[in-house]
Amino acid sequence: MEASKVIHAIYTDDDVLMSAVKTVKAEKHHIEEIYTPFPVHGLDKAMGLAPTRIAIASFLYGCVGLTVAITMMNFIMIEDWPQDIGGKPSFSYLENMPAFVPIMFELTVFFAAHLMVITFYLRSRMWPFKKAENPDPRTTDDHFLMEIAVHNNENELTSLLKETGAVEINIVDKDEDAH
Amino acid sequence: MEYKISNRLKIAAIVMIVLGVLGVGYGFMDSHKYETVKDVEALLKSEAHHGDEDATESHGESESHVEKAHDDDAHGAEAHAEEGHKVSHEEHVLHQIHNRPYSALYVAAFFFFMIALGALAFYAVQYAAQAGWSPVLFRVMEGITSYVLPGGILVLLIAFVADSHLFVWLKDGVTEVGHENYDKLVAGKSGWLNKTGFFIRGIIFLAGWSVYRYFSRKFSVAQDNADINDNRNFKKNFRISAAFLVFYIYTESMMSWDWIMSVDPHWFSTLFGWYVFASMFVSGITVIALVTIYLKSKNLLEFVNDSHIHDLAKFMFGISIFWTYLWFSQFMLIWYADIPEEVTYFATRIADYKLPFFGMLAMNFVFPLLLLMNSDYKRINWFVVMAGIVILCGHYIDVFNMIMPATVGDRWFIGVPEIGAILLFGGLFLLTVFWSLGKYPLLAKGNPFIKESEHFHY
Repeated sequence: MEASKVIHAIYTDDDVLMSAVKTVKAEKHHIEEIYTPFPVHGLDKAMGLAPTRIAIASFLYGCVGLTVAITMMNFIMIEDWPQDIGGKPSFSYLENMPAFVPIMFELTVFFAAHLMVITFYLRSRMWPFKKAENPDPRTTDDHFLMEIAVHNNENELTSLLKETGAVEINIVDKDEDAH
Repeated sequence: MEYKISNRLKIAAIVMIVLGVLGVGYGFMDSHKYETVKDVEALLKSEAHHGDEDATESHGESESHVEKAHDDDAHGAEAHAEEGHKVSHEEHVLHQIHNRPYSALYVAAFFFFMIALGALAFYAVQYAAQAGWSPVLFRVMEGITSYVLPGGILVLLIAFVADSHLFVWLKDGVTEVGHENYDKLVAGKSGWLNKTGFFIRGIIFLAGWSVYRYFSRKFSVAQDNADINDNRNFKKNFRISAAFLVFYIYTESMMSWDWIMSVDPHWFSTLFGWYVFASMFVSGITVIALVTIYLKSKNLLEFVNDSHIHDLAKFMFGISIFWTYLWFSQFMLIWYADIPEEVTYFATRIADYKLPFFGMLAMNFVFPLLLLMNSDYKRINWFVVMAGIVILCGHYIDVFNMIMPATVGDRWFIGVPEIGAILLFGGLFLLTVFWSLGKYPLLAKGNPFIKESEHFHY
């Protein structure tokens, strides 16, 4: 494969960026990535990204947490050593359940929250000491950058992007090791 | 959009009222078949006999059941016993049978009243918070709150007529030392629990709520016809809503002691007011959602979109969980400490009301939790309607569980008197609400947030 080239179009306004995304999508060009300094409402819809499934994952993690809580307390408090502690009925799990509910609730929330965050980190490849993947440091401050792969159509793309209001257009050789 | 109550709805409501009156009438006649202790003896005998035929096992059950019923009375009877007086079991059952139609009426009347009051509180919150999403729903809310005054009057009227059938502290001689009905505990509370005080407070609460409802509606309609830059009526509404919310949270709490907690005058709980509030708030929001979906299905609310339904469903979901949180906090604290004077409340309910007591937990918590958790489901109308119906039934049972154990004990059933009362007050509620909805256009077009609300998108 030839060294892959990408075009970087830089914008300074999120409204301009949004309409640019719509134009580029209408022209059937594939947008590799967009770098923005803050969440732009509706950008994922305009790019046609699939909705996230992290809420579903979180629900399942919550179910795991609830199961852990129930199994743990059933074993410790009812099966392993059913002591009489202050007259609480330890004959069956159900009989003493109200006392376990606070822990069941907290463990459900704990598992749902923490495992969801870890899932998020894994899926978005974030960890300490990770090399930042930022093509242009200005995109963390006040610039927006759209990255489109080039397939021998540099001139066509450049003129299209110029029209959409890009303030700066760079063609760069993508360094594969940057990932 | 103009709306006029349709003939079909009117006829349906009137049919409900007529059927309801018949059911309630039957309930009263049925309970008066048992005039004396003798009739009850025969009834109890036939019930015990019935158990005999079934199996020896069930015989044992019915015996222990009778004993348990005695135990349950114990907390009520204790104070009497000290005075050397004891009501026979038969007489006690006779009272319970006579109390049933009154309690059935009271439960249904309070249920529909609390829907209107809950919607009024929600409405005030929307004004006070200057919510940008809800003004398109204001007319729907105003329609529902029109039932506050008639509904409240009905509740007070039933309380007045039912007297000691509902409130044991109204029995003759409860506060007289030496009287056969003397009850030391109740006598100690008679500074608060007396008939004059009860009705004076009731009238003050109701007057306060109705005055707010009257003026907020008035200013809301006046804002429609005001100049484009004239927001004076809106500002007035903002101020009275904030003031009303302060008044409401005090009076609602006291109302819950008076109208509900006092049916068990030996029992008390500090978060009871909040618990009743959560129940009425979620029912009110649910009815707002149901009426909105109904009117939208008639193409009368073009400006209401999926996102508004989504927001209402989010409130239904959230407040259902809030209700459960309060229910559990009240239950668990009392269960954990197990102090006899408090725990009788739940002991009788778990002994005699197992299905409604735990069933309402499934209807008010588990069902909405699982159904309304998904974001997509919250914008599907029939999903919201289904969840709403279950939530409303659940909260009827909630009120049922608060009143019935104190008045009819283990002689409860959801039969003709109960369903008749639901139909009666349901019909009145529908008639009042939809008649009121027809009085003004369904879009509060003068509200300064109306544009934002029409374009609300989640």
